[in-house]
Amino acid sequence: MNVLHFVNAFFSDSAHWHGYDGIPTRLIQHIRYCLIALVLAAAIGLPVGLVTGHYGRGGNALAFIATAGRALPSFGLLVLMTIMVGFGLVPVMVPLVVLAVPPILVTSYESVRSVDPSPVDAARGMGMQESRILFQVELPVALPLILSGLRSGAIQIVSTATIAAYVGIGGLGRYVIDGLYQRDYEKVVGGATLVAALALATLAVFWAVARCTVSPGVRRSG
Amino acid sequence: MAESGQLLPDPKGVRRLIRIDTVTKRYPDGTVAVDRLSLEIPDRSITVLVGPSGCGKTTTLRMINRMVEPSEGSILLDGVDIREQPVNSLRRSMGYVIQNAGLFQHRTIVDNIATVPRLLGWSRSKSRARAMELMERVGLDSALAKRYPYQLSGGQQQRVGVARALAADPPVLLMDEPFSAVDPVVRKGLQDELLRIQDELGKTIVFVTHDIDEAIKLGTTVAVLRTGGRLAQYAPPAELLTAPADAFVEDFLGTDRGIRRLSFFGTEGLELKRAPIVTVDTTAEEVAARTDVDDDVPYLLVTDRDGRPLGWSEPAALAAGPVDVARLLPHGRPFRHGGESLRAALDCAVLSPTGWAVAVDGTGRAVGVVSQQAIGEAIRTAHAERTTGAAGDDGSTGGGALGDADAATGAEVAG
Amino acid sequence: MSGFFDLPSDLQHSWLGLIGLHLREALLPVLAGLLVSLPIAQLCVRFRWLYAPVLGLTTVLYAIPSLAFFVVLIDYTGQTELTVMIPLAVYSLVVLVPAIVDGVRSVPQETLAAATAMGFGPVRRYVQVQLPIAVPAIIAGLRVATVSSISLVSVGMLIGNQGALGNLLNDANIYHRPELAVNSVVTTAALAILADAALVLVRRLLTPWMPHGTRRRAPAEAADAAEAGPEPAVPALEDTVR
Repeated sequence: MNVLHFVNAFFSDSAHWHGYDGIPTRLIQHIRYCLIALVLAAAIGLPVGLVTGHYGRGGNALAFIATAGRALPSFGLLVLMTIMVGFGLVPVMVPLVVLAVPPILVTSYESVRSVDPSPVDAARGMGMQESRILFQVELPVALPLILSGLRSGAIQIVSTATIAAYVGIGGLGRYVIDGLYQRDYEKVVGGATLVAALALATLAVFWAVARCTVSPGVRRSG
Repeated sequence: MAESGQLLPDPKGVRRLIRIDTVTKRYPDGTVAVDRLSLEIPDRSITVLVGPSGCGKTTTLRMINRMVEPSEGSILLDGVDIREQPVNSLRRSMGYVIQNAGLFQHRTIVDNIATVPRLLGWSRSKSRARAMELMERVGLDSALAKRYPYQLSGGQQQRVGVARALAADPPVLLMDEPFSAVDPVVRKGLQDELLRIQDELGKTIVFVTHDIDEAIKLGTTVAVLRTGGRLAQYAPPAELLTAPADAFVEDFLGTDRGIRRLSFFGTEGLELKRAPIVTVDTTAEEVAARTDVDDDVPYLLVTDRDGRPLGWSEPAALAAGPVDVARLLPHGRPFRHGGESLRAALDCAVLSPTGWAVAVDGTGRAVGVVSQQAIGEAIRTAHAERTTGAAGDDGSTGGGALGDADAATGAEVAG
Repeated sequence: MSGFFDLPSDLQHSWLGLIGLHLREALLPVLAGLLVSLPIAQLCVRFRWLYAPVLGLTTVLYAIPSLAFFVVLIDYTGQTELTVMIPLAVYSLVVLVPAIVDGVRSVPQETLAAATAMGFGPVRRYVQVQLPIAVPAIIAGLRVATVSSISLVSVGMLIGNQGALGNLLNDANIYHRPELAVNSVVTTAALAILADAALVLVRRLLTPWMPHGTRRRAPAEAADAAEAGPEPAVPALEDTVR
């Protein structure tokens, strides 16, 4: 009954490394779902959050949308969407996007809104257009927080995409769900380990992105 | 009427005048920040808006670059309504300096300064070259160019703020309490630096402060505003100190008006005595044998071989033997003859243990000594002249002369 | 045609019964998480070097998918409520620990110095000064933890109907009654929103000294208010900590 024993057994079984149900296939499927969901969530959350944050208005409406988004249970939404739409990618994407939009929306709004107002005032006084102020003054300073919102959304997507296997879709969740039904704990633990590792890899990717994109002037003073 | 848009070329050729014409700013909640204010801001001089908080001074400043739009009235720049050109090109033609400098923390110092040139479409290398030039102008080491704002002290950041405002060589500079957030020593340095830069560049500067001393030190003319956004008095600083318009202005100016006003009287006219100065290698015999002894002077000022003051000594002590520098009475801070004001001279005399002030030239060599009585005479004379000659005094000369003097002090300190 | 609230008998609960069960499975873990977080956070404030590893560890635990966590625990705690509640408590740590640490750290040094100067001992100072000032940040953390906990309970359905309202989802599939799935989602969401609103109310009651309403004035109007000093910082943590 040792978890590590299961992990070892799972990864040393060569049958798990190729074929339709092999680790590489499942991993790539999982990453693909996650990327699609994250891109969709960012496409919704970032523009809205940045623009409302720039004008400092609509915070209450955003907070309400974010709370509502968080309140919708991902698993319930997944089942409900499947009942309504049928099996496929769409019912999986809806809960994942709903899950990731709130952190992205809230942090992008908060991060831009809380940028020190004096550089913004100076920029405006120097005759910068509002769009330039947003992208060249506020965004670079808000970037670390914005990235943390994206990271938070990404981690939740990676972890939650597991339950998508319940409605018959691929990804690493297959190991967990199939293992559960087959009473194959080796599979469950192996799948869980892979998801956790993928989440950690996501953390590392975001760390690297922040490292490359955040100005040293912001990193060290922040 | 001139065409709108003629703003940037050759500020030296253009007579620039900002005219604020019965401007009122009323906010939606009914508060009146500025109430029917009219001001003519002269070209190539420093106009200070000063007053207690809530007097609308910042609002007035921000109406000049349209960060705030007036509810009524108009503002003319060189005869043209500022609303006749696109707001961003108007703002790019005016330097803007704010309290905490408002630097962009994600950009290096050189890129911060190059902001407006870049906005105006200059090439990156040209903008940077210009930025480096300005760093030197505001007294920043070029080694700081690649640093980020967090690596600079508050005073250095504020210098960057000034350099950034000057980068595109705008004819107008708007400064909103730029030196309020730094400590007094740094603030004095920045003020002196500003006067020096203004001496070189001759911008039309509108400067907002709540500090009346800063207003008097920097202003060619000072506009005192009272709560509710009304103008209380608009006058050169010396006139403000001499003849406050009403009780509010008098109260705002604070105590010691008479003493502070001495800042506007030069020391050129002071009669200095050279006789009591001896160098350190003067022998006892020479002291004893002096023929030009002045009985009024109970002490002799000992200088080093270069003529720099070392301290006071009684003649008897000098005549008795070789000079012991350690036992000399301290001479206190000397004043620069012709460079500093009567206020400085009086201060030196009051603080001197002998009651005599030491006058030095620009290089620090003693040029004479002067007694409290002689300074008192000079003050009386100056007052009399100022009262009779007040009609011809436009105020800018006094401020200007003092400005030069203080700028020189700043340069020395910096060096 | 069965009604919206007419639940299949295999659930062994009425609708209200499921709500009670759901709240218990969701809120007890958050409460446990809070009780564990307080001492951990205090240790992290006291020993700064501890914060990074603690944050790393909670993040790793958070990264384990809930379902996998449940399944692994079945071996130890069986198909019970406890199996659902333990992971939820662990997940709440990743939000609560940083929230409390940031909240306690946000207390100004001058305030602490003043409290010490007035003769507060360390414990008294923590309970009477630091904790109250940290309340807004702690509640902000609790809101996120509570809402996500309420949402996650549903997944417990997969391990032998331990998902309270989530169990309706299974029945919706078995009996082909989509309205049961709608009931599950809407009720769960409503519970989460109500719990969130309740926490906002608690914060208002606990912090009467905090200003309400808008926090930043329009730039133009802030002109002369620059001297008025900043309002107390409301930590913008939300999800930033995960």
